[in-house]
Amino acid sequence: MSERITKNMARNIYFGGGLFAILVFTGLTFDTVKQIPKLSHDDKITESVALGKKVWENNNCVGCHTIMGEGAYYAPELGNAFQRLGGGDEEVFKTYLAGWMAAQPMDIPNRRKMPQFHLTPEQVTNLADFLIWTSRVNNQEWPPNIKG
Amino acid sequence: MKYSSQMVAKPYFIFALILLAGEIVFGLAMGVQYLYGDFLFPAIPFNVLRMVHTNLLIVLLLFGFMGATYFLIPEESERELWSPMLAKLTFWVFAAAGVATILGYLFVPYATLSASLANSFWPTMGREFLEQPTITKVGIVLVVLSYIFNTTMTVIKGRKTTISVILLTGLFGLAFFFLFAFYVPQNLAMDKFFWWFVVHLWVEGTWELILGALLAFVLIKTTGVDREHIDKWLYLIIAMTLISGLAGTGHHFFYIGTPGYWLWIGSIASAAEPIPFFLMILFAFNMAKNRRIVHDNKIALTWAKGTAVVGFLGAGVWGFFHTLAPVNYYTHGTQLTAAHGHLSFFGAYVMICFTLISYAMPILRGRPHGNGPKSQKVELTSFWMMVIGMIGLTLALTVAGIMQIEMQRLPDAANAMGFMETQAAISTVYMVRLAFGVMVFLGLLTYFYSFFVKEEKAVA
Repeated sequence: MSERITKNMARNIYFGGGLFAILVFTGLTFDTVKQIPKLSHDDKITESVALGKKVWENNNCVGCHTIMGEGAYYAPELGNAFQRLGGGDEEVFKTYLAGWMAAQPMDIPNRRKMPQFHLTPEQVTNLADFLIWTSRVNNQEWPPNIKG
Repeated sequence: MKYSSQMVAKPYFIFALILLAGEIVFGLAMGVQYLYGDFLFPAIPFNVLRMVHTNLLIVLLLFGFMGATYFLIPEESERELWSPMLAKLTFWVFAAAGVATILGYLFVPYATLSASLANSFWPTMGREFLEQPTITKVGIVLVVLSYIFNTTMTVIKGRKTTISVILLTGLFGLAFFFLFAFYVPQNLAMDKFFWWFVVHLWVEGTWELILGALLAFVLIKTTGVDREHIDKWLYLIIAMTLISGLAGTGHHFFYIGTPGYWLWIGSIASAAEPIPFFLMILFAFNMAKNRRIVHDNKIALTWAKGTAVVGFLGAGVWGFFHTLAPVNYYTHGTQLTAAHGHLSFFGAYVMICFTLISYAMPILRGRPHGNGPKSQKVELTSFWMMVIGMIGLTLALTVAGIMQIEMQRLPDAANAMGFMETQAAISTVYMVRLAFGVMVFLGLLTYFYSFFVKEEKAVA
């Protein structure tokens, strides 16, 4: 193969193919940016949801957990925590989460440990609202089952 | 050494190797914490260990690329580096900023870091791999810009080769896509979409250009094959990188709230992503076969071939395992992702740094023909220890991933095991993973030892 292709041909494949790839990817990017608000229910991002995302980021939750499958694999998926732990009921989930956060770290020898983050009750509510919003994002029905 | 300014590469290489040792130590600590949750807790919780582990990797690779560039660019451009002073200064700025950031991770609670500094003014923290405080990110931009500026000036004023121009293209791409690290929209789906513009378009885009250029440079030097031939291969490799890698970003857009067409586009384009890595194997072995000279630094060529092979295994083969959307539906976010991540970063990027260090360090230490045979033998042992260790570690994580999918993902909700039960059930495999991790670390120590091997004076 290498005998039949000259350096000039290879360079043209690089420039032509590269340009084509950039154009396709840029086009798809614009379309995706247009579609995400609807797929993710952007209009449902309340102030509390936005603050909850800050709580999520400022405590580096993604350093142990996954959310929609991305993050670390040390602790459970939280994109569907609302269904798994709150049974899809907002009040139940908020009560559960407040209790859970207060109970950390749990005193079970050598179980993987979650630190105590000292969140205020408002921060826990914000975090719950963020996770509830996340659970409703249309993500092709991932994960396969409720276990995450 | 042809140009005295190539000497600035030395501290970059040494520091990259020190950071690599740190990275592996933190990796081992994580491996222990996987099995014994009380290990180091609460002093260093898992998220901090992981942040240090991954951030050290990124920074060490940047140091490796910078060292490689400063060594290569004067030789390619046939002139001294535009400003050796600037390169030395950037080294100390980057090293100090890097160390300060790591110490910050270790000794200051993350929430305190994110509440202070520039982060509250322009929040960018708390995202995987991009955990750095905003001020550090700004520092990275400044360091990288000075590095690119210095390189560009040298290339402009000197001879322009295909290698140096492609290397520069990769560097400009690296700088451009890092800017997306500063964009953190409040919509998580949008946030994730653009987060990949940094992560994927670095490792499966612009960094591959850098990788190709560095590999080509070492192959020219160690095999003596003429440039026309090398350049042609290089163009073909990076052409395939862009054609498969850009739309291939779509394999990350399956299940994060992005449109459904990515299931198709991502699967098809990324199925071609092993091609550039396969071409690298053909490239390295063809050039070695058609060599015009036999360089005394044999181990450098071994690393070059190793980079191509292990890079193909890690990025190509292990990537392909779970790149098709219907498969990824079950593998997404499991240990299989970790398996792929480990072997691809090691094979493609850590090993290309070893390749350059192995070729350049003897020259920088006044041994133009490479280290002596005894030292090279030790280095070869370290090569195999690290490669086998990493492949073993990857196989263990692959088994862990498959078990996780079988227990937690495949059964219906009523029969599937929960995350924590599944993790407990695969703990033996994590033990195996840790053992191979120890092997990698011992391999690195052996590699360090190869720098200090004394040769018999008989040759002179």
